[in-house]
Amino acid sequence: MLGLSSAAAGFGVLILALILGYIVVHGIAFLNLDFLTQAAKPVGEAGGGMRNEILGTIILIVLASVFGLPVGLMAGIFLAEFASPRAASAVRFMADILAGVPSIVVGVFAYAIMVRPMHSYSALSAGVALAIIIVPIVARTAEESLRLVPNSMREAALALGITRWRAVVGVIIPGAITGIVTGIMLAIARIAGETAPLIFTALGSSFGFQGLLKPIGALPLQIFRYAMSPYPDWHQQAWAGAFVLIMLVLGISVLVRWISNRRRI
Amino acid sequence: MNAGGEPLLHFAAFEKLWGGLENVKHIEPETASPGRVRGWTSGRPQRFGDRIFSNLTLIFALVIVGILFGFVVILNIDAIPAISKFGLSFLGSSSWDPVKEQFGALPAIYGTLLSSLIGLVIAVPISLGAAIFLVEMAPSWLKGTASFLIEMLAAIPSVIIGLWGLFVLVPLVRSPVESWLGSKLGFLPLFQGPPFGVGFLAAGIILAIMVIPIITAVSRDAIRAVPDSQREAMMALGATPWETIRRAVLPYCRSGLVGAVILGLGRALGETMAITMVIGNSYALTASLFSPGATIASKIASEFSEATGGVFIGSLVELALVLFAVTLLINIVARLLIWRMTAVKAPIE
Amino acid sequence: MTIVNNLVNDKTQCEPKEYIAGFEGKKGILEVQDLSAWYGNTLAIKHIGMSIKSQLITAIIGPSGCGKSTFIRCLNRLHEVSHGGRVEGCVLLDGKDIYARDVDPVILRQRIGMVFQKPTPFPTMSVFDNVAAGLRLTRLWTRRWELAEIVEGSLRQAALWDEVKDKLNQSGASLSGGQQQRLCIARALAVEPEIILLDEPCSALDPAATLKIEELMRSLAKQYTIVIVTHNMQQAARVSDIAAFLMTDSDRAGVLVEYGQTSQLFTNPKDKRTEDYITGRFG
Repeated sequence: MLGLSSAAAGFGVLILALILGYIVVHGIAFLNLDFLTQAAKPVGEAGGGMRNEILGTIILIVLASVFGLPVGLMAGIFLAEFASPRAASAVRFMADILAGVPSIVVGVFAYAIMVRPMHSYSALSAGVALAIIIVPIVARTAEESLRLVPNSMREAALALGITRWRAVVGVIIPGAITGIVTGIMLAIARIAGETAPLIFTALGSSFGFQGLLKPIGALPLQIFRYAMSPYPDWHQQAWAGAFVLIMLVLGISVLVRWISNRRRI
Repeated sequence: MNAGGEPLLHFAAFEKLWGGLENVKHIEPETASPGRVRGWTSGRPQRFGDRIFSNLTLIFALVIVGILFGFVVILNIDAIPAISKFGLSFLGSSSWDPVKEQFGALPAIYGTLLSSLIGLVIAVPISLGAAIFLVEMAPSWLKGTASFLIEMLAAIPSVIIGLWGLFVLVPLVRSPVESWLGSKLGFLPLFQGPPFGVGFLAAGIILAIMVIPIITAVSRDAIRAVPDSQREAMMALGATPWETIRRAVLPYCRSGLVGAVILGLGRALGETMAITMVIGNSYALTASLFSPGATIASKIASEFSEATGGVFIGSLVELALVLFAVTLLINIVARLLIWRMTAVKAPIE
Repeated sequence: MTIVNNLVNDKTQCEPKEYIAGFEGKKGILEVQDLSAWYGNTLAIKHIGMSIKSQLITAIIGPSGCGKSTFIRCLNRLHEVSHGGRVEGCVLLDGKDIYARDVDPVILRQRIGMVFQKPTPFPTMSVFDNVAAGLRLTRLWTRRWELAEIVEGSLRQAALWDEVKDKLNQSGASLSGGQQQRLCIARALAVEPEIILLDEPCSALDPAATLKIEELMRSLAKQYTIVIVTHNMQQAARVSDIAAFLMTDSDRAGVLVEYGQTSQLFTNPKDKRTEDYITGRFG
């Protein structure tokens, strides 16, 4: 019986190895400099790359951060420093619910509030959709990190005659900054790979960046489109794109883990 | 400088101008814990800067609440064309005809439930086994690494798992698995039909891969929370390690384990990209696991780009609304179960 | 949740009652009148009255749990920050009630500094930044050279300058326990208070560090008013000029039993309870 348990754990690791293994093998095979530096070619033409889509992903991450990080961080500060216990549990509950909403529903929502009224798919609406996804993640990790700062620090700051808000900004937040930063990085790793919301907001684009109010391509979206297409050439590019994406996502996750381990010691 | 404190008093006067100085009222706490400083929650901030800052944080916290309510409101509003046309029959109808503007959610709901069921059937034993391994059996040097690796699996984006699923898993399912199952167990309606590869079986396996990390992680925490005294008591009675786990540990954290499974279910229900890529996209109610199908999420994802017209879009939005409501309910149930488990644990410790 | 109006003395104005001979014109004199403090509904200390004179060290002694820390935290209005903290009575700083409506507790705490039992340097800041933290975070802007002067002055006053002058950029947490505590003292001094409250400052330190802090207090007393809470009677006898003995009453609230010159309190206590405590019959 216990042997089965070990087998089960081993299975999980095996699957991981299989998936990563395939991606690395296929991805590296088709990855070349052209891939990173060229734009996509029309159907039928060989070659081309995902330069625009990689750029698109970066732009969307920046947009989502601009909208989502302030909201998430301030909400986290509210939960940890200023909320009464009742208000805190209510808001925390709502944040956890929001975190559990499927990303496709977030996409439909962003479509309804931005794409419809604006009559156009846009990078901006995609940024908003992704921001909605990162807000609860950042809020909860920020709150947890701030709570870890011992109360003696708050008392010591108060006893110096520092006002509450300056103590929070000048003493408490710096004390929690590692946790806050790793929370942000995890949120970014999450949205880098999100595709569903982009279907309804960014749409994808054959051209490069045309402005915030126009459709934009993104890496995961392009991987999806290419994978579902009938062209083997595009399938190869999908693998290469997956390799780039997974390097980004796993790279951030490993970095986060390394930072938290260092800090603990 | 501050020799006699005078300049500071001037500053106090400046603050007075802004009304920063007022009664210090404070709120009677619900749980007075003598001697313990509960952070800053006593006393409304008096100073101008404090009040602005704390109000600012409150506003941003309310944004979260606002977004949630926005979901409810907007999704309902945009689904109105479909709701008003079909009413409740939407949930029971199988048609999907954009030309005649007839839409129904039944195959999507069926597909969602079936694929999630298959996924859980595969995932739960594996996750539970892995969680037991991680807590009870693994040597300490292995615990951290194995946990880390399983968490890595959770970090892989859905579209990449879908890609792998489409080009690696589906051929495998088509050739060895489905043909074997079809030939041996083909008398069961479950395993009839041509082995396309894409379909519910593949979708179920993919879903299993995606929910194993979360069920494992939460189960692991639940099992870890069982106090050692429980294990020791059982072992003192002469139970083998497995019996200890089966009779002392698992029943103790039962609600936590159920919560873990339900959280996994919630994740499975909302899964979009990987499913869309391996489920084959056909809209009919079939009994066979081999046949292609659709889930709510995959239907929305595949049809949205071509959707025009209020009723069409409204139907898709209504699908999203159904999904939202179901995952909301499931998440609340899961959290209550997990919360209850941690609350029960405390007094016994 | 009910709203409890706590700290406003809108009944009678608190008037300085004691004429403090020989201390006219001096700053940093605290007069406590009929002070009681609650945590929620639990009474912690009741009806405490005493004067704390400047350029003297006043020790608050008594068995553990008698409300010494609660009392001292009422002096810089830190008690009200605790959950359910509530105060009645008057505390007059240089004749003005600190719990009056128009007093800003933030500014008050810049005039009455506090050092805690466990040294709490801000871990993410360097030694220099720690000492400067009070200044940086209470002013609108500061200049580096201004800060440098004040930081050095405070570190010298705290008898720490020689030990850290080459380590100013190292983290505050990298110092030893005794050094960290002196760093906290320097940090409190940098804001230029008139009164320094110390809540069992040496209880987490080894004897050598403790001795250093005691010497430090004697030298600081020449300039500041010092109030120290200690459960160590020998320390109180060594260091203080005036001692106040607190004890819990039958209703578990702390009361002031006796208060006077340290030498007199220890050799010839007026109250039997004091005598019992001093001679070790309890506590």
